[in-house]
Amino acid sequence: MAEPMKIRATLQGDTADVRVLMLHPMETGQRRDGKGEIVPLHYIQSVLVTHNGKAVLDAQWSQAVSRNPFLGIRVKGARVGDKISVTWVDNKGDKRTDEATVAAAS
Amino acid sequence: MPMMRGRTAAFLLASFTACGTALAQGKPEGGLEVGRQMLAEDNPGELWVQRGERLFHEQRGPKNASLEQCDFGMGPGRLEGAFARLPRYFSDSGKVEDMESRLLKCMVELQGVDRGAIIRARFSNLDRASDMEALATFVASRSNGMKMDVRLEHPREREMYKAGEYLFFRRTGPTDFACVSCHGEDGKRIRLQDLPNMTERKQIQTVVAGWPAYRGTHSTVRTMQHRLYDCNWQMRLPDLGFASDVSIALTSYLNYQGNGAAIQVPGVRR
Repeated sequence: MAEPMKIRATLQGDTADVRVLMLHPMETGQRRDGKGEIVPLHYIQSVLVTHNGKAVLDAQWSQAVSRNPFLGIRVKGARVGDKISVTWVDNKGDKRTDEATVAAAS
Repeated sequence: MPMMRGRTAAFLLASFTACGTALAQGKPEGGLEVGRQMLAEDNPGELWVQRGERLFHEQRGPKNASLEQCDFGMGPGRLEGAFARLPRYFSDSGKVEDMESRLLKCMVELQGVDRGAIIRARFSNLDRASDMEALATFVASRSNGMKMDVRLEHPREREMYKAGEYLFFRRTGPTDFACVSCHGEDGKRIRLQDLPNMTERKQIQTVVAGWPAYRGTHSTVRTMQHRLYDCNWQMRLPDLGFASDVSIALTSYLNYQGNGAAIQVPGVRR
């Protein structure tokens, strides 16, 4: 089951600094488990970030991205209270969407 | 001439090598510090706090119960500041216990989970997550911002502290190592990893205030029980039993020595 992401979005000027932590095994298909059998490929394939429903990042990832990935982006023209939503889909069809609100810089 | 040049090159190379060795004896390069800083800003360990919180309140195990009645010394279900006072004496078990042994007891008694099964899955690996690691991180994080405050009021607590102090300084095992062999003076390290000098209060405080911690090389959060288990292994001693008296004695000693440290969990480690 997909675990929730942790999303932090803080406004800096007119730009939202968005930082996303995801929990995912990101298996490369090369590792062997304790029994010596290859662990099948299991990785996040696509990541979609939207700002108030409008796509601002649509990324295709590969197994080269690390376990428990971190994603940082800056969204221009954001305001306090805007909704930032992040969705990932992995190669097994598992997906997860989480949302955060842009907060004022502390 | 070409020969001369070769010789100069060889000489230069030699002096660089000597230089490199000299450097390697001192502090590792600042790059590590930068990496650590970056990890701390967006600590993946936060995800374990989230997961631990969910597991804590969820009804699980054969008895279909949550851990909300678990007593960490501040009364059932009261987590705020509990970690800061552990290890401490519990009259219900008649023992001095740390956070993990308390969690273990609650999972067995409240939820009816098999003790052996919890202990086998106490540390996660790449194939399986550990509930214990997530729960411990969550419980400890409820003391964030508070100061470590182990009081040793009960005679059993003082006994455990004394035992921990003895273990910390006693050389043992095939390599004749004690904790203090590596953690007794400044500037020691294993490979590139700096070792804290735990005979100095400031340094021991950074240790006890930052576990459980997200370990980059393990891609997971580890608890103090794992840290001690790993140290034990590095000294080539027999496996340290999970939540054993030895581990709790050492934790009592370390946490008391680190009293006053501002708790910030999860920490970040290599």
